[in-house]
Amino acid sequence: MSATTHDAHHDHSHDHNPTFAQRWLFSTNHKDIGSLYLIFAVCAGLVGGVLSIIMRAQLSHPGNHLVNSGQEWNTIVTAHGLIMIFFTVMPALIGGFGNWFIPLMIGAPDMAFPRLNNISFWLLVPAFILIMAGLLLGESGSGWTLYPPLSNSTYESGPGMDFTLFALHLAGVSSLLGALNFITTIFNMRTPGMTLHKMPLFIWAMLVTAFLLLLSLPVLAGAITMLIFDRNFGTSFFDPQGGGDPVLWQHLFWFFGHPEVYIMILPGFGIVSHVISTFSKKPVFGYLGMAYAMVAIGVVGFVVWAHHMFVSGISVDTRAYFMAATMIIAVPTGIKIFSWIATMWGGSIEMKTPMLWAIGFIFLFTVGGVTGVVLSNAGIDQILHNTYYVVAHFHYVLSLGAVFSIFAGWYYWIGKMSGHQYPEFWGKVHFWVTFVGVNLTFFPMHFLGAAGMPRRYPDYPDAFAGWNYVASLGSYVGGFSVLIFLYVVYRTFTSKVEVADNYWGEGATTLEWTVSSPPPFHTFEELPRFR
Amino acid sequence: MDIVTHQGTHAASSGLKQPYHLVNPSPWPIIGAFGGGLLLAGVVFAAHYGNYLMLGAGVATVALVMAMWWRDVLTESSTPGLHSPVVRLGLRYGMTLFIMSEVMFFVGVFWAFFHFALYPEHVAGAVGVASWPPAGVHTFDAFRIPLLNTMILLLSGCTVTWAHHSLIENDRKSLIFALGLTILLGMSFTTLQAVEYSEAPFHLSGGIYPSVFFLATGFHGFHVIVGTIFLGICWLRAKAGGFTSTQHFGFEAAAWYWHFVDVVWLFLFFFVYIWGAGVPIAE
Repeated sequence: MSATTHDAHHDHSHDHNPTFAQRWLFSTNHKDIGSLYLIFAVCAGLVGGVLSIIMRAQLSHPGNHLVNSGQEWNTIVTAHGLIMIFFTVMPALIGGFGNWFIPLMIGAPDMAFPRLNNISFWLLVPAFILIMAGLLLGESGSGWTLYPPLSNSTYESGPGMDFTLFALHLAGVSSLLGALNFITTIFNMRTPGMTLHKMPLFIWAMLVTAFLLLLSLPVLAGAITMLIFDRNFGTSFFDPQGGGDPVLWQHLFWFFGHPEVYIMILPGFGIVSHVISTFSKKPVFGYLGMAYAMVAIGVVGFVVWAHHMFVSGISVDTRAYFMAATMIIAVPTGIKIFSWIATMWGGSIEMKTPMLWAIGFIFLFTVGGVTGVVLSNAGIDQILHNTYYVVAHFHYVLSLGAVFSIFAGWYYWIGKMSGHQYPEFWGKVHFWVTFVGVNLTFFPMHFLGAAGMPRRYPDYPDAFAGWNYVASLGSYVGGFSVLIFLYVVYRTFTSKVEVADNYWGEGATTLEWTVSSPPPFHTFEELPRFR
Repeated sequence: MDIVTHQGTHAASSGLKQPYHLVNPSPWPIIGAFGGGLLLAGVVFAAHYGNYLMLGAGVATVALVMAMWWRDVLTESSTPGLHSPVVRLGLRYGMTLFIMSEVMFFVGVFWAFFHFALYPEHVAGAVGVASWPPAGVHTFDAFRIPLLNTMILLLSGCTVTWAHHSLIENDRKSLIFALGLTILLGMSFTTLQAVEYSEAPFHLSGGIYPSVFFLATGFHGFHVIVGTIFLGICWLRAKAGGFTSTQHFGFEAAAWYWHFVDVVWLFLFFFVYIWGAGVPIAE
């Protein structure tokens, strides 16, 4: 490969014909890299989804033997969590939609560092291979939180655990470089006239997300490095036998882990704002409040981490602080929920598929948010900690919140990205089947958790059989909805109907609607003037 | 106040040609990504099976990619029209953000230190009154090699600024001299640190004190080596006349990185060596 200098970069025209390798392997184009991210997220999501169906099948009746041992079970739990977080939700929301729409929405021709963008994507592939190695070796049964001693060399002596830890290093570097790229792009490449206070809310969401990644991931990297040293090179950071302290891991992990949950949901907030506004044909209610609510969530999100550690022996004063700080997050989150409702209020609402997903998001995320406030009480958490109530809570905000926002974004933008529109009827069928499936799966978990069923066990007493059976049936419905989604994808890409630049009409006002669908290989060769 | 915002969008043309650098397709990112995967998987194979083949292949691949990728960047930087002022500003953002993330990495490392040093009761198995360093651990005298290393790094911070001013003043001879001095100072630091390690009365696997000590100073030392190499590349570029008084971002990035490494050392010196000192080792 010769030096990548093109003597005059403006002669990139739409008629050039890159080879397959140049376009898809060596890409420096934000749209193509965004598409790669989306395809990767769907593939990883299918793997993670199959794991969850296996788990629900095991739990459908007490005494099942689909999964052979507790170790095998724990390995599946670990892989499901890590795959869904690092290889499905983040690549879809941040890598996929972020790559596609940050440049389009701010009127930039591409990302600030196009090569860095490509390595951010490709690092996920070896990372995924490593995490699958951990799964298939059956040696990473620590749960996604990787707590020592569960993850140390005494209890997980094989290389599988190390593969999993290194997978997170690679995925971490990927996200870190992506974050750096996004922040630079947003600060440095906005089109003339687009001040910070005029940026679309999706851009605000991605900006806050990128800062959370930039500041939290290195702490995880440090913690993983210490764990790898403990496992392989004889240090004792987390090993009491050498004077170390496993609680240190929990602090370092959750200092990353709590911002991480906002990293997964903030981009969804951005997407939902656009969808609600578009299909209500009204500007977002309280734009500045919406933007700074996300900033507030990001900032406060850094000082609440120990609410994950209420039962690890931290002092009462510490618990009191973290309880109060955690509850404060409900305030900016409430601002967002009420502003979305106020946006719809009096609007000319059109119930297209993206709008269904967005409203579903608001409803389900609110349910998950409310159970979050319940769990933030240090006293109540003593009882609910590590029960299915917690599992229900975080699946309501992630599996039903973040994933619904991904589908909202997919239906909202697929016409823009592909030039083909999805079939409206099947989109709605997809929504309703998913809605029924996931609620059937996760709502009973509240009852199970409140009744005391602990998480991370492959079996349970007969008393829990009823709701577990319901939850398993729900997961089969949810699994079926994925097939409907694949059918929608098939119908979309084989559709002969071409779509207009702005197929949503007057409600869709951001810059991506001013370019053609699909956009040309390079957009905004001449910068738009933003008013 | 006009906060009607993003809703009233009508994209008129600004008549401005986009000033950014659209990079051509490049094979280095994908090769680098898989090289990184080989490298990390190689560490696992080395640690578990004593097989260094994959590790070696990974290191070689990553090193090759770094060399080729940055060679491409240098070629582009000297190609007129690619590194426009706004592109150079973007590079500054990028380096600043990278250093911010590095700072957070060291926040994690110092967190481990303070977790035990501020709260010695966190040190499991402590006998009698909990203390930091744990009873029986002998530590380095901060005012011998560590103080000398502090002076060396502070001096290197001065010489790199000297080099920067020479560069701005178009005084290439002084630039090369001062930058060379900075690199020598950096290498002296690393050498002295190696001497100190060889005199350590404890081993990496000797409990929590050596764990924290070697991780913190070791990762700092690694960053010193990276910074020295970075400055070394700049020295070669300076010899070859690769910098001008107005366009020398590569040098600035190296200097920023060097100052960052310097500041981390000051924290190490004050907290790990002085404040965290115990019974000094007998010389």
